[in-house]
Amino acid sequence: MEILGIVGSLRAGSYNRQLVELAADNLPDGVELAVWDGLRDLPAYDEDDDATTSFAVAGFRSAVAGADAVLVVTPEYNGSIPGSLKNALDWGSRPRDTAAFRGKPVAVIGASPGSFGGVWAHAETRKVLGLMGARVVEAELSLGKAAERLADPDEDLIGQVRAVINLLVTEASARAAAA
Amino acid sequence: MSTISDIRTALPTGTWQVDPVHSTVGFSVKHMVVANFRGGFDTFSVTLDEQGLLGTVDVASVGVSEPNLNGHLLSPDFFDAERNPQLSFASKAIRVEGEKVDIDGELTIKGTTRPVKITGTVSGPVTHPFDGSSRLGLELETIIDRTAFGLDWNAPLPTGGFAVGNDVKLVAELELVEEA
Repeated sequence: MEILGIVGSLRAGSYNRQLVELAADNLPDGVELAVWDGLRDLPAYDEDDDATTSFAVAGFRSAVAGADAVLVVTPEYNGSIPGSLKNALDWGSRPRDTAAFRGKPVAVIGASPGSFGGVWAHAETRKVLGLMGARVVEAELSLGKAAERLADPDEDLIGQVRAVINLLVTEASARAAAA
Repeated sequence: MSTISDIRTALPTGTWQVDPVHSTVGFSVKHMVVANFRGGFDTFSVTLDEQGLLGTVDVASVGVSEPNLNGHLLSPDFFDAERNPQLSFASKAIRVEGEKVDIDGELTIKGTTRPVKITGTVSGPVTHPFDGSSRLGLELETIIDRTAFGLDWNAPLPTGGFAVGNDVKLVAELELVEEA
């Protein structure tokens, strides 16, 4: 089973990249997690180019389509979804009838230096994914105080990350069984 | 002048199948608090026989005027068509008094089965002038709370209230053909 990780932060020392790497280091047997690294390369979404053959867009859609599930790991910018991540999701939502995210099991988690852990961004990302037709799993992990928590991840945090992955695996397995 | 003995108290016996071309299965729901937003399903089957009234609807055939909304209706936020490809209804009791029909039954949407009470009217049967078949008309409706079936999605409006109402009127206008 393959999970695609999408990180909503581009900065080199991203806490959210550390969080997805923590997930990658604690996967169940038989599960792989590959982090997509094309966020910076996507052009701004343009409805006129829905059927684009742009290499960056096609690569993103193909990566989502090829994964059994998607783990979105994102910070919160100004109380909401980072623009670059929202841009990627907009590309991934089209063409509407064949969009790679339709029916795809997706979990949304993330981390922030503050206390709330990016909870607004995560709620809004779930809303967007729901409208796109994704199967958004009931997993919540908005990790506050990210610098301290990620510097030396404790068992509680690792357990929360594993629980999210397990939910994704359960949903993806159910989907594969029904196919 | 009618007498009391003329009042119909049951639907006709025999086996009747829906004529999909001359039938519709639709719904309406309040949008933006005030307006009735309508949609329907193109693919369905209905049988009336000694077992009662049985109906199934293919969720994937849902149709509304906005294609983007069609996709959202099929998604897990609403019908979750991938896992729940059909809606179904099965009657438990049918009462008829003249043209008036009351049906108790069970409606299954998104894997949840709940009792519903349907009201409506019956007309006919009449004989088709060209093929000689018997045709029966049923106009049925009920109101359900969509959230009771797990169709929970909504969005708050900046001016108060929510985008989509919870009460949904289901309407079936059926032309049934008696099997030879």
